[in-house]
Amino acid sequence: MRRALRLFYTGWFFNVKQLTLSGFFILSTAVLPVFYATIAYYMFRTGGRPGSLLYVSLGAGMMGIWSSTLFGSGGLIQWQRWQGTLEYAIGVPTPLILVVLPMTIATASVGLYSVTTTLLWGWLFFDVPFHLAHPVWFAVALPAAVVTLGLMGLVLASTFVLARNANSFSNLLEYPVWLVTGLLVGISLLPGWTRPISWVLAPTWGIRGIREAALGGGPGIAIAVCAGLGAVYLVIGIFTLRYFERLARERATLALR
Amino acid sequence: MNSIRVFFIGGYLAYRGLFNWIHWSIYVPTMLGGPLFQILFFAYIGRYAKLRSDEFFVVGNAVQISAMGGIFGMAMTIGGERWTQTLSSILATPANRFALFLGRALPNIANGILVSAFGFLVGWLLLDFSLTPSEIPAIALIVVVSSFACTSFGMMIGAVGLRTRDVFFLANLVIFIFLLFCGVNVPVDSLPGWAQAIGRVLPLTHGIDAARQIAAGASLGHVSGLVQTEAAIGVLYTAFAYALFRFFESSSRRAAALETM
Repeated sequence: MRRALRLFYTGWFFNVKQLTLSGFFILSTAVLPVFYATIAYYMFRTGGRPGSLLYVSLGAGMMGIWSSTLFGSGGLIQWQRWQGTLEYAIGVPTPLILVVLPMTIATASVGLYSVTTTLLWGWLFFDVPFHLAHPVWFAVALPAAVVTLGLMGLVLASTFVLARNANSFSNLLEYPVWLVTGLLVGISLLPGWTRPISWVLAPTWGIRGIREAALGGGPGIAIAVCAGLGAVYLVIGIFTLRYFERLARERATLALR
Repeated sequence: MNSIRVFFIGGYLAYRGLFNWIHWSIYVPTMLGGPLFQILFFAYIGRYAKLRSDEFFVVGNAVQISAMGGIFGMAMTIGGERWTQTLSSILATPANRFALFLGRALPNIANGILVSAFGFLVGWLLLDFSLTPSEIPAIALIVVVSSFACTSFGMMIGAVGLRTRDVFFLANLVIFIFLLFCGVNVPVDSLPGWAQAIGRVLPLTHGIDAARQIAAGASLGHVSGLVQTEAAIGVLYTAFAYALFRFFESSSRRAAALETM
């Protein structure tokens, strides 16, 4: 258990450092959410529903976490291939899940930069007050959202690898998930058929928990659903990762691009 | 005659060889799927924020998405020569540089028009947006001019790609600068003065304004000033991009840094 925890921490820390040094990740997690937040601030300010700009800041921050998870985890195994480290990751006696999981959690953790930058940006330039209704709940809701998205990243990592052009999937899935999970738009405004899709996506519950902790409400249910969804993602991720590993060994395509 | 061949055939081959998204399995999700959801995303935020009608967002985003092909396409077809290690061979030829450079823009302009047309189509199919048949030619003209202006800006990014290490970082940033400053989703007059000033010297701002006025019933003559300004911005960026291309070419020769990564 101690070895597994040590491996988790090392893998997570190494990947956070590695992603932090990537210009692309800094752009998509720290800079682009600020652009989206600014556009949204102006849209809400100019529109007939000024609402709470903290609502917008938190939504834009979660958009960054999703982007980071989507691009980071979606292309994770492919990147290991390009770097020539996939054979080592699979060849070591440690179960593959223990190697990949810290990496996917790291991609979601890097998304915390976006929450920080959008909150800071809003506070500095748009007078968005950073007053939390339930600070303790907030301290629980934010990591819960990150971990659940990281676990969802595990599913992405192990399924996207089966597609040849996983990056194009990532390009496709950024906006629709932002939309259906209600990060900036109330879900009630969307067509009814999108509702069940939103229920199985981690950002829906992640942002609900964070918003209810920050703006008022009972975030307990959302956090509990996050935990439940995370467990489901973990089970799916274990199975799909095993399937990928077996397929790659059978077809001898592990290192093939 | 040779320059014309370089312009058309060279541009076409560069597009086929270096536009990495040309395969349908990348092109459809990236160039059509992404923009489709971008339009829906902002239209729904607009509805939620009670800002403007769907028409405002469909027109703004459908014109703006023409920039994707222009910016990323030019980054790939000019800057990409470095990555494929073919830059030295290209620059060793006596080919007319203007034809060589501009020929690469033509397929990207055509792509921008196609993507923009798709944006208008999905806006019409999925949102509360329509154009009368008489408005379509004027909108088409504006899209052509805007796509040209964006591709000109993309040429500049591509030229910078002859020297910088990560041209896609810059290309991504530019797309978001367009989204924020060009009145795509936020009325330009609600932005601060300095942001409006930046928007006025960027491609798209005048094109989007003109397209919105046409969609609201104005005639092409009424917006001709805006269309001419958009075209002039495109010409200026083309000239600047060409100068930058020649500058980087000569300085890279001097420093022997043509294909240094």
